[in-house]
Amino acid sequence: MPINYIYPDYEIERDYDKCINCRVCERQCANEAHAYNERRGKMLADSSKCVNCHRCVSLCPTRALKIVRTAHTFRENANWNGQLINEIYKQCDSGGVLLSSMGNPREYPIYFDRLLLNASQVTNPSIDPLREPMETRVSLGAKPDRIERGADGRMVNNLPPRLNLSMPAMFSAMSFGSISYNAHESLARAATELGIYYNTGEGGLHEDFYRYGPNTIVQVASGRFGVHGEYLNAGAAVEIKMGQGAKPGIGGHLPGKKIVGEVSRTRMIPVGSDAISPAPHHDIYSIEDLRQLVFSLKEATAYTKPVIVKIAAVHNVAAIASGIARSGADIIAIDGYRGGTGAAPTRIRDNVGIPIELALAAVDTRLRDERIRDRVSLVAGGSIRSSADLVKAVALGADACYIGTAAVLALGCHLCRSCQEGKCNWGIATQVPELVKRLNPNVGYRRLVNLMNAWNHEIKEIMGGMGINSIESLRGNRLMLRGVGLNEKELSILGVKHAGE
Amino acid sequence: MKRVYVNEQWCLACHLCEYYCAFANQDETDMSTALKGVPIRPNIRVEQLGDVCFAVNCRHCDEPLCVKGCLTGALSVRDGVISIDRDKCVGCCTCVVSCPYGAVTPTEDGVVQKCELCVNTRDGEPLCVKGCPNAAIVWESVVR
Amino acid sequence: MRYVVIGNSAAGIGAIEGIRQADPDGRITVISSEPYHTYSRPLISYFLMGKTDGERMRYRPEGFYESNGCETMLGVKAVSVDPGRKTVTLEGGASVEYDKLFVGAGSVPFVPPIEGLETVTNRFTFMTYDDALALKAAITPASRVLIVGAGLIGLKCAEGVAGSVAGITVVDLAPGALSSILDAEGSAIVREHLESRGIEFRLSDSVAKVSGGVATLVSGAEIEFDILVLAVGVRPDTALIRDAGGKCGRGILVDSFMRSSLPDIYAAGDCTESLDVSSGTVKVMALLPNAYRQGEVAGINMAGGSAELTDAIPMNAIGFFGLRVATAGTYEGEAYTDRKNGYKKLFYKDDTLKGFIIIGGIEKCGIYTSLVRERVPLSRINFPLIRENPGLIAFSRSYRDAKLGGAAI
Repeated sequence: MPINYIYPDYEIERDYDKCINCRVCERQCANEAHAYNERRGKMLADSSKCVNCHRCVSLCPTRALKIVRTAHTFRENANWNGQLINEIYKQCDSGGVLLSSMGNPREYPIYFDRLLLNASQVTNPSIDPLREPMETRVSLGAKPDRIERGADGRMVNNLPPRLNLSMPAMFSAMSFGSISYNAHESLARAATELGIYYNTGEGGLHEDFYRYGPNTIVQVASGRFGVHGEYLNAGAAVEIKMGQGAKPGIGGHLPGKKIVGEVSRTRMIPVGSDAISPAPHHDIYSIEDLRQLVFSLKEATAYTKPVIVKIAAVHNVAAIASGIARSGADIIAIDGYRGGTGAAPTRIRDNVGIPIELALAAVDTRLRDERIRDRVSLVAGGSIRSSADLVKAVALGADACYIGTAAVLALGCHLCRSCQEGKCNWGIATQVPELVKRLNPNVGYRRLVNLMNAWNHEIKEIMGGMGINSIESLRGNRLMLRGVGLNEKELSILGVKHAGE
Repeated sequence: MKRVYVNEQWCLACHLCEYYCAFANQDETDMSTALKGVPIRPNIRVEQLGDVCFAVNCRHCDEPLCVKGCLTGALSVRDGVISIDRDKCVGCCTCVVSCPYGAVTPTEDGVVQKCELCVNTRDGEPLCVKGCPNAAIVWESVVR
Repeated sequence: MRYVVIGNSAAGIGAIEGIRQADPDGRITVISSEPYHTYSRPLISYFLMGKTDGERMRYRPEGFYESNGCETMLGVKAVSVDPGRKTVTLEGGASVEYDKLFVGAGSVPFVPPIEGLETVTNRFTFMTYDDALALKAAITPASRVLIVGAGLIGLKCAEGVAGSVAGITVVDLAPGALSSILDAEGSAIVREHLESRGIEFRLSDSVAKVSGGVATLVSGAEIEFDILVLAVGVRPDTALIRDAGGKCGRGILVDSFMRSSLPDIYAAGDCTESLDVSSGTVKVMALLPNAYRQGEVAGINMAGGSAELTDAIPMNAIGFFGLRVATAGTYEGEAYTDRKNGYKKLFYKDDTLKGFIIIGGIEKCGIYTSLVRERVPLSRINFPLIRENPGLIAFSRSYRDAKLGGAAI
């Protein structure tokens, strides 16, 4: 029906002067947007099939392709923009919930961009990280509140199990199923080489990756997919996922078509069955219930591994975090509303949750106020886009950050936000063998390592400028931040002064 | 010595290696100008059947049947690279019949062509390797 | 160590390069009755066509003998070998001592006993550079050339002179062109192609007698000619070994190490006969690729190295006016014929490819050759696929990984 025709947002533009008809665009587009037209002897494109993933643009040997925003427009209206109108049309057609992926794309304030970092001048010296030692290692976990001594007066090691990171970053939870085997291998190998951690997400751990266990965080979520004793003990820490920044209050739904072969085996569910993670954990309705699961997992791992509780940043986050800190968890991970996902209802992704910067500051403040900050480490996630974001998050109170979107970008993701289609042209968010093959982990892991090493260099550079030689000294050090263009309320929640103050 | 190896596991049958190869062996420095409207004659070729695909080029064998069988002495091993002297080749194609990989190709010009690891091209190193989007083609020394 | 290499063509050069792989220092003396730097014999027809010249015909670069430390005695014929005293006697009586002797004497053209042959002044054989030079000097644009023999040599000669003479007639007793390496259909394709270029054929016929410029065929037909080329075949030159008491069949008998039956004497190339693994029979395989490989194996063994040739097969690549012909192995067993891209016939038996004839689309046919040479069990590859198109895709993944993939990253 003509009424449901939606003009594509982006159009494929081909420079026919440059195009040599090598057809790599056609071969590489899983959406079949390109086709060679025998009769006209040239390549033609159907922009309506294009998801703007740039696979063709990147591989075109003569640089003949680009994707441009369409000039096609509705009559301009600040209230009813084109996207909203088109979404109405789509729902009129499908009668269903709109799905999308990756993080919240809407124009809410990005507080990281309103926070500025300090640097030393005259009265305190800055440090040259190329000449002086600069420490970015962090240790995550609960800290004992007192020193214990034995009968002989010697100190007793009462340090609970911890995670030791070479730099304050870890790869976020992304399940095998939502991402490919090769993506998982890339993350696992990169984490191992970097001396940090990656996270299985709720998809179990493929047996091939048990050897990366010392750098693996195994996740237990509401669907309990792939969870068994060996799995829990395979990693360095266990994470209970209560929520996800991209879809707070919502469970997960991995469609049956992605539950193929190895994914099915690893998740321990039949091939082709939908993997539905319930919205809540049905055994957790209170902090006390959470405490039971925390200790069940500690019991199952003989108290040798720290337990992380991951929540989405929501309105009451500070109070919830306080409860989690008292539940026996060693680490709290907070996921902001810009955090990515392989699939989420669009309305949830775009409208639920709060910014990580505010959540993190509120939680850190609350735990300090309640004098329980040392009981837990804080990990912040939900669109840490650069080393600067990471440094700001640490200054707001994070011990470390989860890096998700930036990591998949390193693997080749071009943020087309079509993960839910399962036809990722970059071999990341797909289980189609010929697409999975496109991500060579030998390349992928190297790019991840490069990215993290680059960030670590930058972190050291920034710290040196501040005159700080250990990341520990930066944590929660909000004096190193100044807000710009923020109102009193925002500044007070962030616990920072305005620039010029 | 460094050779080109193809890892079937990562080959995507995108055929870019063929185009980069064809380009590497031309004097023209702009790829569009070099290849537009001309059938390419690459020295590396992708074979594909169903989901199995891989590229094949000269293996620069240690015991090269093509060199040993060459009637004219046009094929020779220079620093481990099996090279062809186009001036000497008369296109008899004995090498084509000898090569177990099908990596020497007859041409209409009356001389055969084959991969010479780009030693004489402006890049000086194999362009198929540089152009492979998935590191399926690598150029390295492997001790066997 | 003193090495003496008799013969300066592919087998002899192979022997020199083989010796040098195992012994960089020993003295090598090369003796050849031809006074030239090593050249490629098969190029003499290209020389007539003008596709190559004396310079480019060199089989090895100038300086080859110096860089390989060879002493040369070119234009000197070795007339006998004394395996007891280990000497080679040269024309004129001088002798050369050896510790290890290599014989790559090649073959000699067979001149059929045709009545009246002595009456023909412009009479040639077509095997050496001298033959080509003489023929080239004799032909004029008005020459009518009669070639006796429609085999490889005769037809290459015909192609070689085609552009420079008034007419060519080829006579052969056999019913087809290249009948020793082609079947009837293939033979017809080649003949028609040559006929389209103006070459006339008189097949299943032979020259009964010649007189001056007229040949009378057995059929009674008379052909006038200015130039007569005798190309009915060649015979292995076994004299040196045979006279010294070495075992010979049609050629000098050698084993897979290229040893003759005489101590410290090795032989290779057109003068020998050896095992064709495609048919399992011993035969003369007078082909340059075999000559070189045999020579190389001989050389390595002469110099104390260790090498063996266990996969020799007949193999031909030949072209006439752009028409490419490739053949290998033996034509026995069942046949698979494909006429989609030229003419292709594969012969297979006992789970192995025995041989093939391809005319036209010869691309990648070396893969077939390898199947013949290596006796690859067809049940282990995708034969229905590979018989349509030669490709490595028909092999197993592990085979390909071993051959193509090297990176262990």
